[in-house]
Amino acid sequence: MAVYLDHAATTPMRNEVLAAYVAALAIVGNPSSIHSFGQQAKGMLESARETVAAALGVDPIQVTFTSGGTESINLAIKGLFWSRAPRNRILATRAEHHATIDALEWLERHEGAVIDWIPVDALGRIDLAALEAAMGDDVALVTTLLANNEVGTVQPVAEVVRIAGDVPVHVDAVGALGQVPLPAGLAAVSISAHKLGGPVGVGALALARGSVVTPLIHGGNQQPYRSGTQDVAGAVALATALTLPHPDVAALRDRLVAGVLAAVPDAVLRGDPVDRLSSNAHFTFPGCEGDSLLFLLDAAGISASTGSACQAGVPEASHVLLAMGLDEPTARGALRFTLGHGSTDADVDALLAALPPAVERARAAGLSG
Amino acid sequence: MKILAAMSGGVDSAVAAARAVDAGHEVVGVHLALSRQPGTLRTGSRGCCTIEDSMDAQRVASRLGIPYYVWDFSERFKADVVDDFVAEYAAGRTPNPCMRCNERIKFAALLEKAVALGFDAVATGHYASIVIGPDGQRELHRAADWAKDQSYVLGVLTAEQLAHCMFPLGSTPSKAEVRAEAAERGFTLAQKPDSHDICFIPDGDTRGWLADKVGAEPGEILDRSGAVIGSHEGALAFTVGQRKGLNIGYPADDGRPRFVLEVRPKQNAVVVGPREALAVGELAGSTFSWAGRAPDAATTPFDVEVQVRAHADPVPAIARLAPHATTGAPELVIRPAQPIEGVAPGQTAVIYDGTRVIGQCTIDRTVSAAPVPV
Repeated sequence: MAVYLDHAATTPMRNEVLAAYVAALAIVGNPSSIHSFGQQAKGMLESARETVAAALGVDPIQVTFTSGGTESINLAIKGLFWSRAPRNRILATRAEHHATIDALEWLERHEGAVIDWIPVDALGRIDLAALEAAMGDDVALVTTLLANNEVGTVQPVAEVVRIAGDVPVHVDAVGALGQVPLPAGLAAVSISAHKLGGPVGVGALALARGSVVTPLIHGGNQQPYRSGTQDVAGAVALATALTLPHPDVAALRDRLVAGVLAAVPDAVLRGDPVDRLSSNAHFTFPGCEGDSLLFLLDAAGISASTGSACQAGVPEASHVLLAMGLDEPTARGALRFTLGHGSTDADVDALLAALPPAVERARAAGLSG
Repeated sequence: MKILAAMSGGVDSAVAAARAVDAGHEVVGVHLALSRQPGTLRTGSRGCCTIEDSMDAQRVASRLGIPYYVWDFSERFKADVVDDFVAEYAAGRTPNPCMRCNERIKFAALLEKAVALGFDAVATGHYASIVIGPDGQRELHRAADWAKDQSYVLGVLTAEQLAHCMFPLGSTPSKAEVRAEAAERGFTLAQKPDSHDICFIPDGDTRGWLADKVGAEPGEILDRSGAVIGSHEGALAFTVGQRKGLNIGYPADDGRPRFVLEVRPKQNAVVVGPREALAVGELAGSTFSWAGRAPDAATTPFDVEVQVRAHADPVPAIARLAPHATTGAPELVIRPAQPIEGVAPGQTAVIYDGTRVIGQCTIDRTVSAAPVPV
C-alpha cells in the first residue's frame, strides 16, 4: 500500500491530460514550418495558448511557453529587471521558493541588483508595511509567491499590487494556481504544468500588456521572449490540465490536520490555519528530525516531504520556517503533507495510524544529526 | 537484519551495500552530507561528499533496488571533526580526522540514529573483519588484504559499537576484486578513483588550509638545548619527523641532517635535532578504549603489536595501564621493543594481538629513546 502525500512536489498526471499529451506527441510537424504539417502543429499550439491565456485572464500573445516554473520565474525576474534598467532594486519576501531566491542572488552577484528582503510574519505572510516602506522609484520589480509552497499561507497579493502602484509585480503561482484566484493588475505570472496534473518540463509565463522582458534564451524567435522549437504536446498537455477543476480536497485536508493534532498533541500546524492552500498541511514535531520522520513514514509506505525538495536531497532547516521566526531545532522537525487528485480518506487514515509510532521513534533518535 | 548501508558514493561502500543485499538483509542506503556547501564535482581523486558522490551513491542504490536517503550530519561533522582537527593542530598535535569521523560521526551519531530508527547494524565499505571470539564476543580484526586493511582507523570502536557494525569487504582478497565486482554488477563508479587525503580539504593543501584557519606567524627554530638556530614562517607548518624545508643556513656541528623533533605552538617554536632523537622508546595516552573484550589484567604488562599510523608497519611492544605521573589518571603506556620513529602527540596508537585489534589511545606524550646529550 503506497500512500502519496506529496502532491505539492508533483501530482500524478491526469488521465485526460495523458491522453491529450500522447495524442499530440504522435503528430509530426514543427509549428514554425510553413507547410501543412507545420500548420497543423501550429494550430494545436495556438489553440493551447488560447486556453492557457483564458485561464490566466490574458490574451494569447501574452503567454510564453517555457520549460517549467523555474524558467518562467527566471525569465520574469531577470527579464523585468533588465528591461527596467537603470532601476536596480528588487523587493521579495524571505519566504520565496528557491527558483526566486537563487535568481535574485544571482542578479545581486552579477548584475548589480540590490535585493530588499521583505520580512514575513509568524504565519509566513508578507509584512505589507515593510513592503510599503521599501517602495521607491528605483524599484525594478516586486516578486512574491501567490501562496507559500511549504507552509501554504496565501499571500495578500491584491494588497501587494496596490502598494506597488506602477512597479511591476511578478507572482509565482506555480504551487497555488487553481487553489487561489489571481488578482488583477499583475505584471507577470509564472505557472508549471506538473503541479496541475500535467507533465514535468512544461510551464508558462503570462505577461501583462506593457510588461517587457529581456529574453534569457536566444535563437529562432519562435516566441517573442523565448527562442527554441516549441513543444506542441507539452502546450496541449498544460492547456488540458488547466481545463480540469482543481480537486476539492479542503475537507479531507481539514480531517488530516485535526487527526494529526489529535494523534500528536504537541505537533504545531504551521502557516495560516485558515487562509491557506486547500491541499496543504504543514507541521513541526518537537524533538523530531524531519528526515527521521520522513524515513520512518516512507518505510511505512507513506510519502511526505520535509519542505521543498532540494538539490541532492540534502535536508536543511527550511529558510521559510526560519523567516517565520522559528529556531533551527524546531524548524528541523518540519513535515509537509499535501493532497491532490486521487487522495482518499484511506490515505489520511493510513497516515494517522503510522504517524504516532513514527513520531515516538523519531523522538528517540532525537536531533542527533 | 535491517541494515543501514552508509554509501559515500565510492566503490567500496557500493559493493559493501550490494553484498549486504545479496546476503538477504533488508538494506537502506544512506549518504552522509558532511558539508553544507558541498563541491559540485569531484576533482582528480581527492575529496568526497560532493553532489557527484551523492548521485553516484543514489544510482547504485537504485540499481540495487534499495531505498536511499541523504542525512545531514554537517553540523556534527564541523564541530566534531573539522574544528577538532584545527584545534588539535593549533595545540601542536597531529590528529587523524578520519578516526575522529569514525569515532564521533559514522559509528556514533549515525549509528545511534540508525539503531534508534530500528536498524540492527550499519554496514560500511571499510576493509576490516568482525570475528566472533572464543567467548562469543565480537572482535575487530585486520582485513584479509593487509595492503587495504583499515582496522587501524576503526581502532576507536568499542564493544557496543562493534555489536552494530558490518564490514562486508573484510574477507575480500584485494581491492582489485572489489572493483571487478563493481564492474560486474554494472556500477558506473567501478573505476572511480580512491578518495584519500582529508575530505574537507578538497585541493589537498593541508598546510595552506591550516594556515588560513589558524594563521601563521614567523618564529624560531631551536635545537635541543634551546639555542636559536634558525627561523620559520609558522610553526604549524611543521610535522614531527620532517627533514626538508627547515632552511637552517648552516649544517649541524656533526654535519648530519636535522629533523623536526617537536612543535611548540604556544612558543611558536620548532625544535630540531638528529635523527636518532626521533626514536621513541615509550608512548602513552590517557584517552584510550578497548575494541571489544578488554585485557584481563591490563595493569600487568602484556605483549602487543603497536601501529602508530594508518599505513605504518606494526611493531612488537609491551603495553599496560598505569597511573599518570602527575594526574594519576589511568594511561595506556606502550613500549615498543625497538624504538620507533614518526610518532607525534595527537596521533593514535592502535594495539593488536596478531590480527585482532585490542584497543587504542590518542598519544599524549612520548619519551625519546635518545636523551639530550649534556
